[in-house]
Amino acid sequence: MATLEIRNLHVSVEAENGPREILKGVDLTIKQGETHAVMGPNGSGKSTLAYSLAGHPKYTVTGGTVTLDGEDVLEMSVDERARAGVFLAMQYPVEVPGVSVSNFLRTSATAIRGEAPKLRTWVKEVKSAMEQLQMDPAFAERNVNEGFSGGEKKRHEILQLELLKPKIAILDETDSGLDVDALRQVSEGVNRVRETGEVGTLLITHYTRILRYIKPDFVHVFSEGRIVESGGAELADKLENEGYEAYSTKGGASA
Amino acid sequence: MAEAQNIPAGSTTAGSIAVAAESTVATRMSAPPSFDVADFPVPHGREEEWRFTPLARLRGLHDGTAVASGEGVKVEVQAPEGVTVETVGRDDERLGKAGKPVDRVAAQAYSSFEKASVVTVAKEAVLTEPIRIAVHGEGGVAFGHQVIELGAFAEAVVVIDHTGDAVLAASVDYVLGDGAKLTVVSVQDWDEKAVHVAQHNALVGRDASFKSVVVTFGGDVVRIHPRVEYAGPGGEAELFGLYFTDAGQHQEHRLLVTHNLPHCKSNVAYKGALQGQDAHAVWIGDVLIQAAAEGTDTYELNRNLVLTDGARVDSVPNLEIETGEIAGAGHASATGRFDDEQLFYLMSRGIPQSEARRLVVRGFFAELVQQIGLPDVQERLLAKIEAELEASV
Repeated sequence: MATLEIRNLHVSVEAENGPREILKGVDLTIKQGETHAVMGPNGSGKSTLAYSLAGHPKYTVTGGTVTLDGEDVLEMSVDERARAGVFLAMQYPVEVPGVSVSNFLRTSATAIRGEAPKLRTWVKEVKSAMEQLQMDPAFAERNVNEGFSGGEKKRHEILQLELLKPKIAILDETDSGLDVDALRQVSEGVNRVRETGEVGTLLITHYTRILRYIKPDFVHVFSEGRIVESGGAELADKLENEGYEAYSTKGGASA
Repeated sequence: MAEAQNIPAGSTTAGSIAVAAESTVATRMSAPPSFDVADFPVPHGREEEWRFTPLARLRGLHDGTAVASGEGVKVEVQAPEGVTVETVGRDDERLGKAGKPVDRVAAQAYSSFEKASVVTVAKEAVLTEPIRIAVHGEGGVAFGHQVIELGAFAEAVVVIDHTGDAVLAASVDYVLGDGAKLTVVSVQDWDEKAVHVAQHNALVGRDASFKSVVVTFGGDVVRIHPRVEYAGPGGEAELFGLYFTDAGQHQEHRLLVTHNLPHCKSNVAYKGALQGQDAHAVWIGDVLIQAAAEGTDTYELNRNLVLTDGARVDSVPNLEIETGEIAGAGHASATGRFDDEQLFYLMSRGIPQSEARRLVVRGFFAELVQQIGLPDVQERLLAKIEAELEASV
């Protein structure tokens, strides 16, 4: 069973006046089939955790370990991590000029699977995944994220999640900026992947709203660069009622 | 493509549409068009038409110090049946019919050549094989003039290949009879030290179609100035260009389409990729719709993809309209960069770095390459683009 283990992870970014530590010792274990929600106020370091796991060059790991089934993830390049089974659905996916969605998806699936998917089954696979996410087939011919609405970007991220079938899926604020219908469709997509039992999900969110659609097994409260409390789904209800104030030493950090 | 927020440092993209204004195309020239080099002052670099060009690297083409040497360029023409290939003297009356030189180097080329080549496709001849012209630089200085003339309803494809090392100033005339169809592919695949400055004049006959594909990969300085005018109504011109500018190279494409007659069409699309320190691409796209040119339909586009830091693009589309009675007129210019965030995004989907770069560049050029419509040229271009990318890694 695939397991992602994060141990005492420290991460800094380069700021104007030198490196600034964002993650201050994160411990978290995610097993295949489990869903972990990480919740916390803006600026608590949730997204830094997501991008550090995917290997974004902006973030420097200064301490700790991350392993996937014992393999050192931090030693891997960004593409190696993806091929090892780590997927990050981004909050702000970037535009890639000149590259069509269909070309991108196929190139990516080829890289992840180690061989080009058979054309006939691939076309069907993409088509049915797009239908389930209520995406227009014309979407496949557009350039990656170019001119996409917020909802389209998120659907496109989840489409990739469905097609690439990672071992560990990190969803960074996938719910932000979505209306209720889009949130439901995107959540259904995530749930289809979860129901296979083959993915461990790290759901990063600011709001409890998405947890009505995607039921977490564990909820972690993130504050000032580390997990400050962990519990079951009931912890989300507490956050819904009480907010993050109790976890912020500075008070009122949430927006 | 991400515009505005994603323009590489130092690059410019400026567009203008002037309606019934005093012609800036005319006013930006230092002197009126002329066949005589003496009519043009030696440029100093501040002139509008020279301000982007590194004059110091023109090896004297602009100031009269470049003198033709014995071993300039070798020209070989391979033509199928139905084509006449001649080498003629300066007094041949078919020379210079498609347009006058508009700048000092073009006039220098016209004033300095000794022999010109004239390629004629007879009236109504429809060629099934392309005419291939190989221009190979032998390391010297050369001035050239070529005329490619198609009789009425003739159809031809011409592929002009520039290779080797040379300092070459040239003018090329394309004269299309009524209803003729000409596709010209000019490939600048020079060695790294070559300097090539050329003016291409196309005179498009009534209901004729002209397609120009300018492909620039090599050379130290390459400056190509394709111009189109119409000799009758109903003509069409498609001007496509593709360039891959590497470290230190200056590649400049300046276009002018003059809609001087009614019901003509023009479509300009140039795309370039740049990589490396001091790679510099310049694109000037001028379209002038004169008062008589009612029913004109024109569009021009320039796209640039900057792959690394240190490269610079100057892109200036310019449309001047002297009549409102037109079918359509527009332009677009954008310069974007392939940045770390795009790379991260693609790599985070398992795609290795070199593959990610190829994907973006291939995608960027694909649509334009397909429009060329000549499979062997298309394949060669894609292979060349791949090779450019390989070299960069």
